Amino acid sequence: MVEKLLKGPKCYYMWLLFLVAVIAVCGLVYIQQLMQGLTVTGMSRNVSWGLYISQFTYFVGVAASAVMLVLPAYFHHYKQFKRMIIFGEFMAIGAVVMCALFIVVDLGQPQRMANVMLHPSPNSVMFYDMIVLIGYLCLNAVIGWVTLEAERLDVDPPKWIKYLIYLSIIWAFSIHTVTAFLYAGLPGRHYWLTAIMAARFLSSAFCSGPAILLLLVLGLKRLTGFDPGKEAVKTLTVIITYAMCINVFFYLLEVFTAFYSGIPGHQHPLVYLFAGHGGSVPWVTWCMWAAVILAIGSLCVLIPPKLRENMNLLPWALGALVIASWIDKGLGLLIGGFTPTPFETFTNYMPTLMEVMVALGVYAIGLLVISLLWKIALDVKKEAGNF
Amino acid sequence: MNNGRRNFLKIAGISAFALGSGAAATLMGGAPAEAAGIGSYEESSRALHAKRWAMVIDTRKFRTKADFDKVIRACHTYHNVPDIPTEQDIKWMWTDTYDHVFTDDMNEQLPKKMLQDKYLLLCNHCTNPPCVRVCPTQATFKLENGIVAMDFHRCIGCRFCMAGCPYGARSFNYMDPRKYLSDPVPNPKYPTRMPGVVEKCSFCVERLAVGLQPACVEASGGAILFGDLNDPQSVVRKALAENYSIRRKPSLGTQPGVYYLV
Repeated sequence: MVEKLLKGPKCYYMWLLFLVAVIAVCGLVYIQQLMQGLTVTGMSRNVSWGLYISQFTYFVGVAASAVMLVLPAYFHHYKQFKRMIIFGEFMAIGAVVMCALFIVVDLGQPQRMANVMLHPSPNSVMFYDMIVLIGYLCLNAVIGWVTLEAERLDVDPPKWIKYLIYLSIIWAFSIHTVTAFLYAGLPGRHYWLTAIMAARFLSSAFCSGPAILLLLVLGLKRLTGFDPGKEAVKTLTVIITYAMCINVFFYLLEVFTAFYSGIPGHQHPLVYLFAGHGGSVPWVTWCMWAAVILAIGSLCVLIPPKLRENMNLLPWALGALVIASWIDKGLGLLIGGFTPTPFETFTNYMPTLMEVMVALGVYAIGLLVISLLWKIALDVKKEAGNF
Repeated sequence: MNNGRRNFLKIAGISAFALGSGAAATLMGGAPAEAAGIGSYEESSRALHAKRWAMVIDTRKFRTKADFDKVIRACHTYHNVPDIPTEQDIKWMWTDTYDHVFTDDMNEQLPKKMLQDKYLLLCNHCTNPPCVRVCPTQATFKLENGIVAMDFHRCIGCRFCMAGCPYGARSFNYMDPRKYLSDPVPNPKYPTRMPGVVEKCSFCVERLAVGLQPACVEASGGAILFGDLNDPQSVVRKALAENYSIRRKPSLGTQPGVYYLV
C-alpha cells in the first residue's frame, strides 16, 4: 500500500513540499536550541514547563479521541462510523508522534532519553506515560494497517484484530488518564491537585479531538470528494456536543470548589488566569476570556439540533470549540499550574518566537505523518470503491 | 575555561568510575575518590554518619544581610553555583520573606520584624520527597541517611522534579553555567554542570563523606546546626527540644528535614 504515496495530484506534492520546508526551517531553530540550551524559550526557574509540555498534553487528548469513533463502531456496532474510522486511527498516530516529539524538544539532555528505559522507575508517572504512548502508537498502527489492507483486498479483517481493537479502546482511556496523573499527583500545585483532572482531560479530549477530525474530514470532502456520510457526521457532532458540555461542567465544578470552600490556594490560579494579579493583566487572561466566549459560542450553535445540523455553521462552531479547548488545556493548564509559584509569587510566562517555531515544526511533522497516512487510506478506499 | 573543563572531565571520569564500582556516595566530588583503589571503594574513616541528617536554622541569629551572604557565598562558591541575573537563574541557597517562605503559616498580625525579616531557603531533603517519586530515571534519589541526592550525569532534564517540588528548591541549567563562572572555577574539586540538567542543594554529601560539616553550617558560626535527627543526643535534637521550631508547608506530608527556630 505504500506505493500509494508516490502518485498524486500536483496539489498533493505542493502540500508535502510546504510541510517539508516548514519542518526544515523549524528544524534549524531546534538545532539552535540544542546548541544554546532551553534558554531560548520563555521558561524560567519558576515556570519550568511551557508550550512544549502543554502541547504534548493537548495532543495526547487528540490521540485518545479516536476512541470516540472506534467505541461506537465496535462496542455498539454503529456501522456508519466504519467509513471514517481509519482516518481517526491514522490521526491518532500523527498525534502520538507529535506527543513524543514535544517531549523530546522539551528535554534538556535529549541524547540521554534512553535513560528512561535503562533505569526504569515504576514510581514515576512519566515511565508509565512512555509505555502507554508507545503501546497506543503500535496498536493504532497495526489495527489501521491490517483493517485497511483487508478493505483493499475486499475481505473481512482477520478475527484477531477485533481483540486488539477492544484493547485499543481501553488503552485510549489509559493514555489520557496517565497524562492527567502527571499533573494531578503533585503536592503544592493547587491548580493541578484535583481528583477530576483525568475526567476533565478525557472530556476535553473527547470534544476537541473529534472536532479536529471532523474539521479535517470536512476539508477532505471539499478537496477530494470523499464523503464520510451524513449520518456519521451527525452522530459525531452529537458526541462532540455532549463531551463539550461535560468539559465545561467539570471546569465549573473546579470553580465552585475553589471559591465556595474559600481556600486561597485553590483560588489563586483561577484569579490569576481570569483577572491577573496586583492590577497587571497577563496576556493569558485575554486568552482565557476568549476561550470562555468561544466555548459559549460553540455550545450555542451545537446544542440546538437545527443549528447543529446546518453544515455552513458547523465548521465555525467546531473551530471555536477547538480554540477554546486549546486555550484551556494548551495554555491555561500549564500557566495556572505554575502561577502563583510555590512562594505565592508571580512569574509571567510567554513563549518566545523560537519556542513557537519549534512547536510549529512538530505540528508540521505531525501533519506530514497524517497527510501521508490519509493519502494511503483515501487511495485504498477509491480502489475498493468505498469512496 | 579550558582548565575548568579539564578539571570537570577529570572529576566526572573518576566519579563515573567510582559509580561503576557501586559507590554512589562518591558521585559528587573528587575528595572521596582519593580513597578509591583500582576496582574498589573504601569509605573514608573520617566520614560522618547519621540515620537521618537534618538541619536546624536559628533564624534569630541571622540579623544582617552579611549574615546571610556569608553562608550563601560559602555554599555557592563550594559548589560552583553560577550567578545568572535572569529568571533562568540557579540557586542552591537563597533568602525570602516570611509570607513567601511559610506560605501556609501566614498571619498578618505577626510581629513586624518577623514579617520583614529574611529567611534562608534550601532543599528540604524531605523524608517523603515528591521529586524522587516523579523522577523517571532515578537521577534524583534518597540516600539511607535521608539526603536527597542527584546524579547530574543521569538527569535528562525533563524538569518533572521541578514541577513536583512544592518548595521551589530546584534549578534548571537553561544555559551553559560555565559562562557565568570565573576561570578557573571557584572550586575545581567540585564538578561544574552541563546545560540541560537540574540541580539543587546536596546537604554537602561529599563533604560529610570526608568528615566535614556542610559548607553553610561551617560558615554560619553556629547559626545553622546539622546533625542526626534520630539521635536524641545530637545538636539538632537538643535545639529542637529546647526551642519552638517550624517547617515549610508541613500539611503536604513531605516531612522536611530543615527546621527553623523562630
